[in-house]
Amino acid sequence: MACKLCEVHCLVAHSRSNHIIKAFREEKDSIMPRVQVEESGYVSFALQCRHCDDAPCVEACMTGAMHRDEETGAVVCDEDQCVGCWMCIMVCPAGAVRPGKQDSIASKCDLCLEEGFPACVENCPNEAIIYREDDEEENDE
Amino acid sequence: MANNDKNQQRQKKKWLIDPDFRVDRDPDRCIDCRVCERQCANDVHEYDEDGECMRSDGSSCVGCQRCATLCPTEAISIKEAERDYRPHGNWTQSVLQNVHKQAETGGVLLSGMGNDEEHPVYWDRLLLNASQVTNPSIDPLREPMELTTYLGRKPDRIEVEEVDGEPRLKTEVAPQLKLDTPVMFSAMSYGSISYNASLGLARAAQEKGTFANCGEGGLHEDFREYGDNVIVQVASGRFGVDKEYLDAGAAVEIKIGQGAKPGIGGHLPGEKVDEAISQTRMIPEGTDALSPAPHHDIYSIEDLRQLIYALKETTRYEKPVGVKISAVHNVAPIASGCVRAGADFVAIDGYRGGTGAAPTMIRNNVGIPIEFALASVDSRLREEGVRNQASVVAAGGFRCSADVVKAIALGADAVYIGTAALVAMGCHLCQKCYTGKCNWGIATQDPYLTRRLNPEIATRRLKNLLRGWSLEIKEMLGGMGVNAVESLRGNREHLRGINLSSRELDILGIKAAGE
Repeated sequence: MACKLCEVHCLVAHSRSNHIIKAFREEKDSIMPRVQVEESGYVSFALQCRHCDDAPCVEACMTGAMHRDEETGAVVCDEDQCVGCWMCIMVCPAGAVRPGKQDSIASKCDLCLEEGFPACVENCPNEAIIYREDDEEENDE
Repeated sequence: MANNDKNQQRQKKKWLIDPDFRVDRDPDRCIDCRVCERQCANDVHEYDEDGECMRSDGSSCVGCQRCATLCPTEAISIKEAERDYRPHGNWTQSVLQNVHKQAETGGVLLSGMGNDEEHPVYWDRLLLNASQVTNPSIDPLREPMELTTYLGRKPDRIEVEEVDGEPRLKTEVAPQLKLDTPVMFSAMSYGSISYNASLGLARAAQEKGTFANCGEGGLHEDFREYGDNVIVQVASGRFGVDKEYLDAGAAVEIKIGQGAKPGIGGHLPGEKVDEAISQTRMIPEGTDALSPAPHHDIYSIEDLRQLIYALKETTRYEKPVGVKISAVHNVAPIASGCVRAGADFVAIDGYRGGTGAAPTMIRNNVGIPIEFALASVDSRLREEGVRNQASVVAAGGFRCSADVVKAIALGADAVYIGTAALVAMGCHLCQKCYTGKCNWGIATQDPYLTRRLNPEIATRRLKNLLRGWSLEIKEMLGGMGVNAVESLRGNREHLRGINLSSRELDILGIKAAGE
């Protein structure tokens, strides 16, 4: 329904302060949401990384920054190793990787591994974003 | 002159009409995320690119609280706009506003939902009984408690015969609706509410073993699978009525009147009649759906009988056929007439009953409270010895399980809830259903807005509401020492009145507290 609260909460979840007002006031220039609501007319879709089984971004990454987390199977970017060559952005079939706002680091969904559960799913007021591990990952109405 | 008219039309500012609400935004909390802007169908909020901040214009705010609810930092509060008119007991501010509005537009004042005037709520003046010492109360968590309710004509007497040594019912019982709890969803048409809202109601009714009334707008193809838990309505517009429609439902209800607007027809504006609604209603797309005030083939009880039996004939006498009337001054003899005309149940809709749109003057001034209507109908049917011939369903402003229990003690077999069901789905009673801009996705057909109501969430919330009320009803019954809702029906000994005149007590047929 395009309220974009997923974007808001994604940004907060990936902020240093983890505080919604601080994150927007003080850190907004350096961080960005990793989920993006795309709209066409009244149809909207919250797009984030699909965490593909055969992730092309992992294949394309020359430094090994983009890798699969062994424990969870999520595709994540090691920010210390990323050099900002943007090959991952070029090959991502979903357009789910975007250049970060600072430091030339690729920005993408990490399934909120640190928090334990994706913030976008937790905060969607219409339960449009669903987290599924088995089949086709997340779906948006 | 023509130029003047044109100028007048183009004048955006209705300068004597005050805003109803004021939007307060706490700048220390607002993070300019623009959720409020995207969620308001009335364009109250706007992002100021130059000032790099949100701005709000309260003049178009309807007070639906959508923005305040979704604001992630609780930066928004919607408050009633304060006006410092000189106080006047007769010419209150809302009266002045109404005069200003009509002086400006020359139109009829419209409202959504039910009567919002501060008339006494008689449910709050009725008190329930509980057992102490001389008769034991029952703990519903430990002992069985029966809420099952059957709606339909009951036989005058029951004959039992013995077949192969086993007793068997010899009397043929008329078709009945079986309710697991004495609460049903009242008539709300697809058109007045969205597809998702209708779906939520039908699903919740099916999963909780009760019934949803589809209203006068026909039954969408997709909802026919829930037909066993749907009461189909036949109203004066006869929208969407054909044999398949009548067969699709579990019962048929003839709508004569609606509590919010007795004596008035309906009007679904053409802009809401999209392809799906046009097919469901069987009218051309984009045309206004006008329900006449009366049924043009019903001018007497005899005419009503003809329609009742035409419907019974069509449905092979397999389904109960009921009649819904508004609670008006002579409701008791009218209900009696309906029963004699062959109605298997009579639904009475009190003056608090809701609506998608009604002229404000009608909504606030026509009809009587359901408490009195229900008591007088039940008494009248008993006096005439026809109470068993039809079930009585009460409707119009039921807010909680205690209202339901009191209604049953006053004589209702079951109740219809409409507004409470909408509130369960998210409605905040802004009363602007008629604008078609429901920010909660309920009373709208705008695809951008309807998707805001996830039918799965709606179903879950409605089911929860019915579950909670049913548990509370059981608790109250147990406290009274009654183990079945049947035993409470019409048992006014369980009610006492406070703040009521002796005349009112007489009409309600109850004693005063302490008696």
